[in-house]
Order: sequence, then structure tokens, then C-alpha cells
Amino acid sequence: MSAPINTIQALNWALDDAMAADGSVILLGEEVADPEGGGIMKVSQGLSTKYGARVRSTPISEMAFTGAGVGAAIAGMRPVVEIMLMNFLAVCMDQITNHAAKLRFMSGGQTHVPMVIRTMTGSGFQTGGQHADFLEAWFCHTPGIKVAMPSNPADAYGLLRGAIEDEDPVLFVEHFPSYWNPGAPPARGKAIALGKARIAKAGKDVTLIGYSRSMHDILSVEKKLGADGVDCEVIDLRTVSPLDMETILTSVSKTGRAVVVHEAVRSFGVGAEVSARIHEALFRELRAPVERVASKDSPVPFAKQLENAYLYSHGDIEGAVRQTLKS
Amino acid sequence: MTNTELPDARTLVAIYRKMAAIKLNDDRFISQIKAGRLVMPYYSARGQECIPAAISVLLTDADYLVTIYRGIHDMIAKGVPPKLIWAELAGRSTGSCKGKGGPMHITHPQSGCMVTTGVVGAGMPIACGLALAAQLRGEKRVTVTNFGDGAANIGAFHESLNLAAVWKLPVIFVCQNNRYAEHTSMAKGTSIERISERARSYNMPSAHVDGNEPVAVHQAAKIAIERARGGGGPTLIEATTFRFNGHLIGDTGEYIPKQEYQAALAADPYPRYRNWLLQNKHATAEELSTIETETAADVDAAVAFAFDSPLTEVSEITRDVYASPA
Ligand SMILES: Cc1ncc(C[n+]2csc(CCOP(=O)(O)OP(=O)(O)O)c2C)c(N)n1
Ligand SMILES: [Mg+2]
Repeated sequence: MSAPINTIQALNWALDDAMAADGSVILLGEEVADPEGGGIMKVSQGLSTKYGARVRSTPISEMAFTGAGVGAAIAGMRPVVEIMLMNFLAVCMDQITNHAAKLRFMSGGQTHVPMVIRTMTGSGFQTGGQHADFLEAWFCHTPGIKVAMPSNPADAYGLLRGAIEDEDPVLFVEHFPSYWNPGAPPARGKAIALGKARIAKAGKDVTLIGYSRSMHDILSVEKKLGADGVDCEVIDLRTVSPLDMETILTSVSKTGRAVVVHEAVRSFGVGAEVSARIHEALFRELRAPVERVASKDSPVPFAKQLENAYLYSHGDIEGAVRQTLKS
Repeated sequence: MTNTELPDARTLVAIYRKMAAIKLNDDRFISQIKAGRLVMPYYSARGQECIPAAISVLLTDADYLVTIYRGIHDMIAKGVPPKLIWAELAGRSTGSCKGKGGPMHITHPQSGCMVTTGVVGAGMPIACGLALAAQLRGEKRVTVTNFGDGAANIGAFHESLNLAAVWKLPVIFVCQNNRYAEHTSMAKGTSIERISERARSYNMPSAHVDGNEPVAVHQAAKIAIERARGGGGPTLIEATTFRFNGHLIGDTGEYIPKQEYQAALAADPYPRYRNWLLQNKHATAEELSTIETETAADVDAAVAFAFDSPLTEVSEITRDVYASPA
């Protein structure tokens, strides 16, 4: 077994390998080239030195360079656009939801936009209301764009390769507070196709469904519950849109119970969609209503004690599981 | 320093007092962060003090300010009480925003600090709206909106300049050009050397000043503010300056050429202005050291106020999301 690596390294490998494999892959974003530091988190470090003008630092002009990604993709390039933080997607929303997502359909299939928009987010650093939101539901609610959200270094590598190879636009959301967590290294050169969830742990009593940050919490709560004799099955969605309903429904028809966990706020979130689909498909087989665990319906607060309270706790996940076990 | 239309000694000293308050609070924020007593991303404006100090002596509480994450200097100059800022950063219920906003979103309408944004360029359209409200109501107040050199490349800047010019809004756009946007030098990301020149394409008057010269900033601001108050519409002021503590605390600044940094440090506006006041007899050494002693005591009091205040209750999380609590 080779040494563990972190997500920054995994993403850097994915970009490097994709650029080496396909000359049409280009990177656009603020500070992504080496003279500006190779990305604020060093994800693209070394790539401008290696690939020259294919890696471009941009002005602070999200609408222009995201739109440029759309145009370049239509013209046959494979742009990977980096938006420094997820909240700043709001600045270039029009290019993403009105254009990237819809051009294939509106052109009757004549053009398409095989671009990747990489971004990162996550609370925990007291950055307040405009720097830590999980906004994936906005994009899941837009037909035509896919949303991938890895939870570990190996998936980050494989899913980013898969996103770049995908023929549709993909929003690729990274959880930056876990960037430095070590994990098993990826199989270099192998893409993970979008749209397929992963069983992170097999079990029989209850299905825990998560993605991105919540996988860390689910896996730690699952251990505790396991010690108490509750055998959880854990699903890492990996791709949030489109949802891998086959994996979800197979698991929940076995366990009869499900809990969905995400850092995004609760109302109108991914958890609501997953829950609805499970209820629609398995109403008679469910032993308990599907539970949702999510952040409070509030902007991300600044003060530490409020920020802690904003996010769900491990106790909330455990409580939700125990709730499903009551019936 | 030019002596044409020199403000009176009282104004010159008032500018110094604001600069001292900005500098001493900034020093203390940094030492409290390093001591682990404050946790936050902190975008120090050390080096940019004299821009808001020289502008704010021309404003009253009724005038509006819209500023950015690197904006605590703007707030202090405008009159936001430092103790409310300190309590905010310490997550206390007595903070300007009850600890909900933090350093990037401090708001204090009593002193005219209406919006602080963490999204580059986003304050300018809002400044237009504040000014529109004043214009429609026939109020004399003006709106000052501060932003960086990097923000001049975002669409909101261009749209706002055009809108303000078309509607003759009483806005003063103040670009605090510290030559860098995070790690990107201005030359790398901006198509023009002087951001002030962009005003011309929007048919807006502009000024380019040395942002390290309080008198020059004051003069340009005076013209712009009088124009706005008199119904003459907006102005773009570009004030060139430097930030000595990097993009945020922890930034090691390796992207800044050493010579450039040394030259900027040699032109540090704070000691330079102090010396200039003394040499030209606008103030006595005793006067200035009294200001410094009083300001240091104010900082001590603000820090004590913050840490003696109760932490914001966790139940606050669902309040202020809508008009009525959930
Ligand atoms: C729309 C948007 N894009 C990117 C960022 C990340 N970011 C924060 S500050 C900054 C640099 C801004 O530079 P400038 O406008 O020159 O202001 P300064 O920080 O130098 O005062 C960037 C890119 C952001 N906050 N908002
Ligand atoms: Mg700047």
C-alpha cells in the first residue's frame, strides 16, 4: 500500500494527469498560476510551469472568466474553472445556470459545454455569512449541470478526472476544512464516472447517506453505533446530481430506515430530495420516516459558539438514527 | 506636501487622531490574534490609514459608508465605536452585530456604516441605492463606498459607475489601490495603469491622488463631496497606497518584490504624517502624544469592554433571519 495523501495533492494529480492526457484541458481562475501561488490552497501548484498558457490566473472577474469557460468549452476545449469560494458562484450564476447548464438543450443538442467548475467551501473557520455556505441545492435544482462532491482524497482524484471527461458541465465542490486530512491514495489514471454512489460500509439496520463533509461525521458516528450493536450501512453519494437512486433504494429496501446528512441548511436541501424519492419508491417497505440532519436554516454565523450551533452535531446524527430505530 | 488649500490645524490634527485610532486598534487586533484571543480572518489595513481618516473629517454620521472586508479602518474613521467592533470580533452580545456578522460584515447605522461586504465589488451597487434614496428624499447626505484595485475588474464596478453617472447619484467611489489583489499584482489583472481613468468612459469626474498624503486625499474628497452634496453627481477617487500586513494575517508576502516592499515601508504614511505635522508646526509634540495616550487608553477600554461582555446566546442563531423569529 502506498503512503496516504491529502486532497490538495489528489486534486493536483488529477489536474496534472488530465492536462497531460488531453491537450484541450485548460485551467482558469484567480491566482491559479505559479507566480500568484499556484492557487490559494496550492491545488494547481506547478501546473502553469509545466503547461504554460493553458493555466491562466484571471482578474477578479468571475462572470467573465466563467463565461469564457463556457465559450471555450463550446469551441471544443475542456476548461476547468476555479471559483475561489462557493459563495462567489453567485457572482457568475447567470453564466452557469442560464448558459452552461442549458445550452445543450436550447441548441437542440448542437452545442454542449463540457466544463468543470471547481470550488470549495465549509464552515469552521469563523469566516461568517459570505464565505462558508453549501449551495449545491441551487445547482441540483437546475437541469443540465451535474454536481460532484467528494469526501476523501481518492474520490477527489477519480471524480475530478470523471468530471473533466464528462460531456456535460459539472460543478465540483470541495470541502476545504478537510483538504489536509490524509487518505488512501487514488488509482492514478482512473476516472470515477459521475452518477455512481459508493457503499462506504455495508450494514443491515439503517442506511446513512451523506457526501462531502458529512461523510466524516457519519463514519465516526457509525463506529459508535456499531459498538452499541447498531449495524449501519453507509452510502457516500459522491455525485449529488444526478442521484444514484439504484444504490440508495437497494440499500434502504434492505434496511427499511434511512438518515440523510449534509452541511447545507435543511430546508429545500438535497436531503429533502433524497427523502422524497425514498418515500415515493419505498413507502410500504419503510419502517420509519426518513430523517434529515442538516445545518440550521440561518446564514452561517461568525461567533464560534454560534457557528458550532449552526452545524449539526454528532449527537444529532445519532439521535436521528435512534429515532428511526424506535419504530 | 502641497500647501494649497491646506485644511486648518484642527482638521489636520483630527485626521491624525483618526489615523492613530486606526493604527493602534490594528496593532492590538494583530497581537490578540497572535495570542489566540481572537479567531477570525483579519485583513489589516495598516498603511492605508490616511485615506478614510482624511475623507471622514468631511463627513457626518448622516452620510453613508459602504465598505469591504478590509474596512475596519474605514469604520473607525467614520465613527463606529471601536468597543462595538471589538465586542463583535469577540463574539459578544454587545458587538455591533451581536457577533453574527464578524469582521467582514460590521454594520453600525448610527454612524452611517450601512454595509460591509466580503464579496469583491458587491458594495458599489448598494452604495448607488443608498444614494438614490437620499436623492429621492432630497436629503443632503452623500454615500462613500470603498473598494480595492482588484474590485475595479468586476462587473459590478462598471455597472455602478455607469448607473451613478446616468442618475447623478451622490456617491463617492473610493478605490484604495494598494497594488495587490490577494497575490495578484495590479499590472497582471488590470488593463489600465490608473483606475481613475476608467471614470472617463462613464462620463464621471475623477481624481488620482497619493493615498499616503492626507492633504491630497482631503482635497480630492472635499471637491467630490461638495459636488455630490450640491447635486453634481458622483466622483471616482483613486488613492494609491500599500498594505503592509499582506492580504490577511498569515500571508507571508513572497509575491511582493523585496524592493517594492522596502520602498513602501520607507513611505509609511503614519510616521511621515506625524513628522510633517510637527515640522510644519500644525501640532506640538505634547498634543500628539496626548492623542496617542488617549487613543491607547481607548483601545484598552474597548478590549476590556469586549471581553467583559457576555458571549452571544446560541439561541440567537434563529433570530434576525426574518423579521419575526422562527
Ligand atoms: C467576487 C469575489 N471573488 C473573489 C473573492 C476572494 N477575494 C477576497 S479579497 C480578494 C482580493 C481583492 O483585492 P482588492 O480589490 O485589490 O482589495 P484589497 O484586498 O487589496 O484591499 C479576493 C480575490 C471575493 N471575496 N469575492
Ligand atoms: Mg488591492
